Amino acid sequence: MTSSISAPHAAGPPLVRLERVSKSYTTPAGTRVAVDDVSLEVREGEILGVIGYSGAGKSTLVRLINALELPTSGKVFVGDDELTALPESRLRQVRQGIGMIFQQFNLFRSRTVAGNVAFPLRVAGLGRAERDARTAEILDFVGLLDRAYSYPEQLSGGQKQRVGIARALATNPRILLADEATSALDPETTADVLALLRRINRDLGVTVVVITHEMDAIRAIADRVVVMDEGRVVEQGDVYDVFSAPSTAAAAKFVRSVLQDRPSAETLARLRQNHPGRIATIQVAEIKNFIGVVTTIFLEAGVDAELVFGGISELQERAIGALTYELSGPDERIDAALAALTEHSLTWNEES
Amino acid sequence: MDFFLSNTDVFVTAIWQTLFMVFASLIVAGLLGLALGIALYVYRPGNLLGNRGVFTVLNVVVNIVRPIPFVIFSTAIFPLTRAVIGTTIGPQAAAFALSLAAAFAVSRIVEQSLVGIEPGVIEAARAVGAGPGRIIFTVLIPEGLGPLILGYSFIFVGIVDMSAQAGLNGGGGLGDFAITYGSQRSNWVVVWITVAAIVVLVQLGQFVGNHLARRALRR
Ligand SMILES: Nc1ncnc2c1ncn2[C@@H]1O[C@H](COP(=O)(O)OP(=O)(O)O)[C@@H](O)[C@H]1O
Ligand SMILES: [Mg+2]
Repeated sequence: MTSSISAPHAAGPPLVRLERVSKSYTTPAGTRVAVDDVSLEVREGEILGVIGYSGAGKSTLVRLINALELPTSGKVFVGDDELTALPESRLRQVRQGIGMIFQQFNLFRSRTVAGNVAFPLRVAGLGRAERDARTAEILDFVGLLDRAYSYPEQLSGGQKQRVGIARALATNPRILLADEATSALDPETTADVLALLRRINRDLGVTVVVITHEMDAIRAIADRVVVMDEGRVVEQGDVYDVFSAPSTAAAAKFVRSVLQDRPSAETLARLRQNHPGRIATIQVAEIKNFIGVVTTIFLEAGVDAELVFGGISELQERAIGALTYELSGPDERIDAALAALTEHSLTWNEES
Repeated sequence: MDFFLSNTDVFVTAIWQTLFMVFASLIVAGLLGLALGIALYVYRPGNLLGNRGVFTVLNVVVNIVRPIPFVIFSTAIFPLTRAVIGTTIGPQAAAFALSLAAAFAVSRIVEQSLVGIEPGVIEAARAVGAGPGRIIFTVLIPEGLGPLILGYSFIFVGIVDMSAQAGLNGGGGLGDFAITYGSQRSNWVVVWITVAAIVVLVQLGQFVGNHLARRALRR
């Protein structure tokens, strides 16, 4: 085991590369494109979040990385191997180097905790003594050594996922794929499991791909994020950049639905009943005394500004969010105030 | 009653013949049916070895053969039985026919038992690089063991039933005994004693099956 990679942002060269990958399923109901012309890279040592609505193609995407599915077109590279060019027997070896954990844990009910963890070691052909030693070591790492002889049904959800993680890490993989790994857990257990994933990334140097529809999981651990919508990657980049300034409409829609920092159509209609003035939403910016600056701009323009909606939260230790104001006064003064906002490099939208 | 007592040796022979037919065909049909049932499961489109062609052939064959009443089935395969066993009468010939007929019934029960396994568990095994053979023997069978054992104790009852019918085709055993020594001579005591023997056999089979299934399911 290596612990040389300590800083999560010190992501290295691409470990996984997808080149124009598409995957479609043909069912009696017709053909469905689950992943549509996706190109992306997972860098060595990073935690990559893949986020999007249910049905966006996230699970299919991750299953292409460990060749549980083969693409309809395009190429998949893991390390030096082009998966799309390998026979099934070689793919099995590749899979031994990629761990995977699941929403429903998918533990073997007929095996004990230790039996579950030892299974991939048997597949890898390790002898009994080595298996036992490695099983004990990895169970200790996830804090479940004392439950080695329990059966899965005797464990809590959080413990089951720890067993899933131990099983996935048994063969010392370079990559861990987590498909909605915390979606079946309560918030507290989710935080524990996310902390464990972070530890696996930092202490063991394992590259992690976290698939989720939950913003909090991404917020907690991801370095970079990929936003998927209807099979396509609509946005990718640094987590803060994507969430503070999404550049595509599909990504913006998703970001808004998880951040809930802009009034929805219904909220806006309700606001309008009590607030007859013009309404504008300003994105929170990383500047000193943000609210003071905004307030001063409105004061100097002679516009009466009342804060009616909004929220500021934290992402990667930086502020993110938006504030919605009702602006009252002559139209030309309001226009001047909004122009001043732009001069200060602030992003705003007037709600129609 | 006196008549029964004077024929106890025939009764004991009949019991042994029934036990032979039932257990020989339980083992042979159990293994054949297990293989066929696993094949039905893994070749189903979308499953481990999903293959529409193979699945359709297996499925159609099982669907055609399984509902054939045993008396007709065993008669229809007389030529095959003669070729393999050398005769069409006696417990061995009957066990042969029973094994074949029961294998088709077992295959459906095996398939049903495996359907209950979470597909995610098989996915987890594939994800660590396990191949189909390993998955079948070290994941599918152990994970489905509880329902499989219950299915086998269910089929046990069916085999006892078929073994009695085998008596009609000169197979020997308790069915033959009940007819030749009982109903044909209007000796109802013989019939009832035979019924009692079969009830005991079936109950024992059920008891053992339930016990093993509970152990497999840890309940
Ligand atoms: N094995 C399959 N057969 C047919 N359609 C599938 C299959 N797997 C996924 N799909 C379809 O592909 C789309 C993407 O699914 P999925 O990758 O599971 O999305 P997500 O994980 O983002 O919810 C969905 O519309 C789904 O119905
Ligand atoms: Mg999914």
